Amino acid sequence: MGVIQQILQQTLNGLALGGIYALLALGYTMVYGIVKLINFAHGDILMLGAFAGYFVLNYFGVTPGTLVLSFIISMPVCAIIGILIEKICYKPLRDSPRINALITAIGVSLFLENGARVLPVIGPNPRVFPTLPSVTHNLFGLGISRVQILVFIITIGLMIILNYIVNYTKIGRAMRAVSFDQGASSLMGINVDRVISFTFALGSALAAAAGILFASSYPQVEPYMGIMPGLKAFIAAVMGGIGSIPGAMLGGFILGVAETLTKGFISSQLADAFAFGFLIIILVVKPTGILGKPVGEKV
Amino acid sequence: MTVLKAENISILFGGLKAVSNFNLELKAGELVGLIGPNGAGKTTIFNILTGVYTPTSGSILLQGRNDSLQNVTKFQPYQITGLGMARTFQNIRLFKNLTVLDNVRIATHFNTKYTIFHSILRLPAFYKEEQRIKRRCKELLKIFDLEQKSDELAKNLSYGEQRKLEIVRALATNPHILLLDEPAAGMNPQETQDLMELIKFIKEKFNLTILLIEHDMNLVMGICQRIIVLDYGQVIAQGKPAEIAKNPRVIKAYLGKENENDA
Amino acid sequence: MNKDRKTNLISFLIILFGFILTTGLVAFRVIDEYTAQILTIGGINVIIALGLNLISGFTGQLALGHAGFMAVGAYTTAALIMKLNVPIFPAILAGGLVSAVFGLLIGLPALRLHGDYLAIVTLGFGEIIRVIMVNLSDITGGPAGLKGIPPFTTNFFWRPVLSFALVYIFLVLVIIILNNLINSSPGRAIISIREDEIAANAMGINVFYFKIFAFTLSAFIAGLGGGIYAPFFGYLNPNMFNFQKSVEFLIIVVLGGMGNITGTVLAGFGLTYLQEILRFLKDYRLVIYPLILVLMMLFQPAGLMGFFGNKGFSLTRFVREFNPKKIFRMKNPGKAGEK
Repeated sequence: MGVIQQILQQTLNGLALGGIYALLALGYTMVYGIVKLINFAHGDILMLGAFAGYFVLNYFGVTPGTLVLSFIISMPVCAIIGILIEKICYKPLRDSPRINALITAIGVSLFLENGARVLPVIGPNPRVFPTLPSVTHNLFGLGISRVQILVFIITIGLMIILNYIVNYTKIGRAMRAVSFDQGASSLMGINVDRVISFTFALGSALAAAAGILFASSYPQVEPYMGIMPGLKAFIAAVMGGIGSIPGAMLGGFILGVAETLTKGFISSQLADAFAFGFLIIILVVKPTGILGKPVGEKV
Repeated sequence: MTVLKAENISILFGGLKAVSNFNLELKAGELVGLIGPNGAGKTTIFNILTGVYTPTSGSILLQGRNDSLQNVTKFQPYQITGLGMARTFQNIRLFKNLTVLDNVRIATHFNTKYTIFHSILRLPAFYKEEQRIKRRCKELLKIFDLEQKSDELAKNLSYGEQRKLEIVRALATNPHILLLDEPAAGMNPQETQDLMELIKFIKEKFNLTILLIEHDMNLVMGICQRIIVLDYGQVIAQGKPAEIAKNPRVIKAYLGKENENDA
Repeated sequence: MNKDRKTNLISFLIILFGFILTTGLVAFRVIDEYTAQILTIGGINVIIALGLNLISGFTGQLALGHAGFMAVGAYTTAALIMKLNVPIFPAILAGGLVSAVFGLLIGLPALRLHGDYLAIVTLGFGEIIRVIMVNLSDITGGPAGLKGIPPFTTNFFWRPVLSFALVYIFLVLVIIILNNLINSSPGRAIISIREDEIAANAMGINVFYFKIFAFTLSAFIAGLGGGIYAPFFGYLNPNMFNFQKSVEFLIIVVLGGMGNITGTVLAGFGLTYLQEILRFLKDYRLVIYPLILVLMMLFQPAGLMGFFGNKGFSLTRFVREFNPKKIFRMKNPGKAGEK
């Protein structure tokens, strides 16, 4: 395989991986945009979503139909978990110093990971994620696996739906209003609590979908699987401009491609380190991200 | 002598021009009022002057400690405070969980004459300077009748006292220009009257130049030598209080709206 | 001022007395070797947690990678002792300094901005430093770990005594540094950043400078803790310094109360001891810890010390308020040198 073809192949793989990061980054960015909190537990929602999918596929066996079913079950389950986390852990701390909410988020994240670890039905050991038999198709001379095709269809589909919700529905308008000015939105009769719940639900559902896709790609599930994708998705969100929905999508794809190219051509061990290097560079060069707008705190 | 000069400042927030082509010149010892309806851009101008926001265009010149005007457009807030321009906040930003005394002492920090090493090693200079700071802060608190509250937490003060503490804290930075953002907000007429006297008093005592934002017309008309009226981010009138009160544009843009807003 | 010196001298005597007493108890095995070991580990944990408290508790910036700074300190000290035959004391200090350099390099980009970037960047640092430790096998022994770090002394009798004494001294030094820093003008500047960054800036506080200073000092202290840990434990492994370890320090700070030095000391020793008792819980411990974090934040954000008014214990204040003349019957304490 020529170098150019190799680069193209890695780019394609990177776009597939990036799609998953993008789905996850959307949750970070929406939650941050509305409650200004880095929801550290977001990566663990991916893990829970993957396990939900795992149980569905294990129980019913893997067919295209059950695969769809796994999304249909996993996404609402995680949406509910997301709402519960927000209501129980974050809502009481809305008026507390930010560091308190952050520490809580760390606590929730570890609780989900370690809780899954001691839970008999999940346990500490990695399990093989059931997938359809892997088939690789040829696309202009590049290999594209069935899982990757699935990733592209699902991510792009979900992004279109999300775009519709945020831009063309009443609740989407409310979300944008709350993220712009919570106090004023509340005065305008927007139920801020409901908007925040909806945002967590939406973000968590996307994370669940990302979880099934991530688990299908590797194919395995384990309690700590959400940590690294979670961190990278956060970096993607910062890269795109935290709070910006198109930014999170763009950031996710860029980070995915950067990762596969690093793994393919530089070092697979250092790929994670490079991701953080990216974060540092963004913070130094353009902290508002590619598509983010500078937002001054109200004084 | 000019102590502060803003030339053609404009600022854009997401395409919206919050302040456009604002000019200001403060002479030493002046007391100037900045008024205008809600959302006219008054606090934004304070934030630009004190370095919280960087203006999109225009420049700010400030008289530093050495009598010459210097360009401070891109300065950080702490640098501007260091040059002798201090402010209060409209939406009270005291250090709520700290004592009244600590609130004031923090503002003296950049004038403190010992280093971190003095404090870690507890050298004599530390004790001497700490005593001086404490004495000075208590003196300032006394002017505003807050001395006996110095060990209370700032959040436990009454609203009026918190407003006064904001002023004391700003004074503790040893400024020559003081920017007061609605110092009388939430005060009753008697408290407002007392505050007017206090402002006059500290202006003389500390040789201050004062720029103040205020909604209370009695206060503004009562103590300001000059008034600047802002609407939609633009200056629509300026002059002596008596002229402003008669200016038809001001009455239309400001006083008319003010009644609506207050309703 | 004479009174200040008097108070300081008496505090110093109390600390000295405590030192002789506890070290004596260890030397005569009134405190058995096992307990002495727990106390020593507890002391190291407290040192690092105090470092974390400076940046997270006093400055209000969440840091999630203090196990990483501990690792930098530990490996630096071990490498200096083993490869370059540097004596233990300078090696431990060097561990702190190298860790401080890392802190500075991380802090510069992460603390420049308003917001919670430090949390994520330190979290990433903690993970990456482990990857680096695994790959730098010449110095660190790679994933298998670094064995045979020379202890403070090989003498069987003196070993626990010396370890304990050393930790005691370093712990007291760190407490004095932090206490003196916090109760001074720069310390008030640091606290004002936690309270309201914008107001602090407007009051003439160079927010960025103090954040960097606090974070670098915090990293230095954590590196110091790691530096003591290396010769004490004798063996290092990259996985000792994982995220879980960083969270343990955070739990100590949260339990003791953010911005409360006494609380951190008590919680640090308490939690270290509890960990030994709770060994039978195994993996369930990993669930209890985060639960503690969440519950504390929801119901007792001032920490356990918050139940006692959250004033914190201050030795100097204690001495001052207890009228030292009557207790110690000292006639002319002002003449002796200060600590």
